[in-house]
Amino acid sequence: MNELIFFFNKVIISGAVLGSIYALGAIGITLIFGILRFAHFAHGDMMTLGAFVTFVLVAAASALGLSAPLPMGFMVLPLAMIIASAMALGIDKGFYAPLRARGAKPVTLLIASIGVTLMIQGLIRLFFGVKSRTFFAQEPKNIFRIEVPFFDATRKITITEPQILMILVTIVAVIALHFFLTKSKFGKAMRAMADNADLAQISGINTKLVIRVTWIIAGALACLAGTMLALDVTLKPDLAFNIVLPIFAAAIVGGLGHAYGAIAGGFLVGFAETMAVFNWAILLRPFRENLPAWIPNDLSIVPTEYKLTVAFVILVIVLLIKPTGIFKGASS
Amino acid sequence: MSSIRRASYLYLSLFALIIGVGLLMGVPFTIRLCVEAAAYSLIALGLNIQWGYGGLFNFGIMGFVMIGGFAVTFISVPINVEFWNSDGPLMLFRVIVAAGIGALLVIGANKLPKIGISGKAYRVAQVMAWIAAYIIYRSQIDPAANYIESTAGFVGGLGLPVVFGWAFGGILAAIIAYIIGKICLGLRTDYLAIATIGVSEIIRALIKNMDWLTRGTLTVSPVPWPVPKPQDFQIMGSETLQSFVFARASYLAVVLIVVIGALFLIQRAYNGPWGRMMRAIRDNHISAASMGKNVKSRQLEIFIFGAVLIGIGGAILTSFAQIFDPGGYQPINHTFVIWVMVIVGGAGNNYGALFGGIFIYIVWVLSEPVSQALFISISEFSTNMGWSAIPEIESRSLQMRVFVLGLVITLALRYAPRGLIPEVIEQDIKEKP
Repeated sequence: MNELIFFFNKVIISGAVLGSIYALGAIGITLIFGILRFAHFAHGDMMTLGAFVTFVLVAAASALGLSAPLPMGFMVLPLAMIIASAMALGIDKGFYAPLRARGAKPVTLLIASIGVTLMIQGLIRLFFGVKSRTFFAQEPKNIFRIEVPFFDATRKITITEPQILMILVTIVAVIALHFFLTKSKFGKAMRAMADNADLAQISGINTKLVIRVTWIIAGALACLAGTMLALDVTLKPDLAFNIVLPIFAAAIVGGLGHAYGAIAGGFLVGFAETMAVFNWAILLRPFRENLPAWIPNDLSIVPTEYKLTVAFVILVIVLLIKPTGIFKGASS
Repeated sequence: MSSIRRASYLYLSLFALIIGVGLLMGVPFTIRLCVEAAAYSLIALGLNIQWGYGGLFNFGIMGFVMIGGFAVTFISVPINVEFWNSDGPLMLFRVIVAAGIGALLVIGANKLPKIGISGKAYRVAQVMAWIAAYIIYRSQIDPAANYIESTAGFVGGLGLPVVFGWAFGGILAAIIAYIIGKICLGLRTDYLAIATIGVSEIIRALIKNMDWLTRGTLTVSPVPWPVPKPQDFQIMGSETLQSFVFARASYLAVVLIVVIGALFLIQRAYNGPWGRMMRAIRDNHISAASMGKNVKSRQLEIFIFGAVLIGIGGAILTSFAQIFDPGGYQPINHTFVIWVMVIVGGAGNNYGALFGGIFIYIVWVLSEPVSQALFISISEFSTNMGWSAIPEIESRSLQMRVFVLGLVITLALRYAPRGLIPEVIEQDIKEKP
């Protein structure tokens, strides 16, 4: 029974946490792709930037002597998301809008987003240095150990407070996004524009406003994802740069431009990663005496060092078999 | 003719910049800068073939640079006698046999439609063949890797001349490029970008963790030079400073021969019928296909040619640094900086890519000392004003070069989207009145 709880901790909880982060990131990337038709590489660094905005707000709040029942980084999130949205709008106005006005190809915008990535990374490291920081210097990080009352299990299900919040926040964000896209005027306009930008424009949709709304949502979601990730692990300048590629893999696997696909892709990639590095021999341990001896003690599908490559293997397979992703992505 | 005049002005000012750096920072430093800049410009020429000639979006340059570095290490590092006297070679032979059996299984599964098995059964057989091949391979590689790592450390090198290592870097990069190209080249531009960046991350993970082959993060050093090292010159009786100048200058001469040779060849290819065909495919692959050109195999060809130059450039960099450190490769330092070089220099123009390679590398290296000087003066100013000084100036100024690189590329895209030395589109003379 202990083995099953170990499996639950290592695969189900870790997979759900990782999947939530990937899903939140992939929604932003997929929305930008649907509206603006380019792969926005700087999204990972917008996540990191959002996490640092939250960090500054937390520092300000603790300087004022405020305290809260939930982690401070979570309490200041709404304000941080507003600031991050303004930053996203500023980045668009400063770097992408002039290129779009010139009628540049999507590839040029992609290269420009690499430039934005480098600038954000340089600035973050310039102001905050390269060291790791934690949100929990002032307050404890609550860890819940849930006992399993049956089958005389001694191991406990372990989950931290940020992880619970992260999963809840992802669910709320996904439901809110669903109602926004299907019920609100802007959501419908966004879907129309993702389908056919020219047709949307001649039907009287204010495409410039839709683009601004897209950046606001993408910036807020990036800040949310980055902060939740930083609450779970530690805050450092290359926080999200290292996971921007699995996020892209999730968005492509789900079908670029397709918001629900991004959620599915995020959880698929997250669970695939944790399952690939899990040592399946542990589940066989109770039956060890009845099994032949040639079964090795390490049955993980790939060694832990290759965790990040799992996302790409899935990506390549999906691109080869079904290039539009699981759900049909936006055509372009 | 104005474009040629513009290019020669730019090259003259680049020359003046190098002389200025030499006066300011000392001759040995400047020659080192020139060697590395030349190697980077070779890599930039490789990307210029892929992106400028062929319009292929390769974001996985780092992977090919690493392959070149590994190749030159494997060829030129002295033989590891301990490994060859152990059971290691035998176990590796069994690994190769296992890999061969696995490959046969997969190839066999792919041929199933020829004997009448198709549809769902064919798909299942394919998946089963891949899984079986993977299990067979893992059952042999895991014990072999553990054995080699615990006894001999790693397989060592072959002890051959360095120039063979450079050539092998090109060949190995070509082989990998063939495999990647076969898988990825049918994809749309942004998918190709993600797929290539993913493949380069896989290559990095493999080289970093295959300790039995590459020694991983333990690093391999010293990697030999094709010319006498400074220590050899010191044995011959020259002073320390002079020995560095002599050794690096002779290395620079060898690298320049490679770069100029490559430039000559690819410039001829660009102006020849092959280059015209490639530009036709880049500008409109549908019409090129309708003219009877095999677009897919031509693109594969150009992807491989570019990868060869990138692999050789990576090999030159590694043997110059005298150390192969898989942990030292970063997408920013080895992929994005090359893109900045080609975009700023001028995609599609070899002289532009060469200029961009040398110029951006100098900017990239010099932005650290320049911003350090800037920070120190600001810090002095703020201390004098009664505010506190800037902390951690050294580590912060190192980060400035990332910011400068981002600023340069966004400015270039906005104000000079075709680069400093743009591609010259030659008009047909007869059409002019």
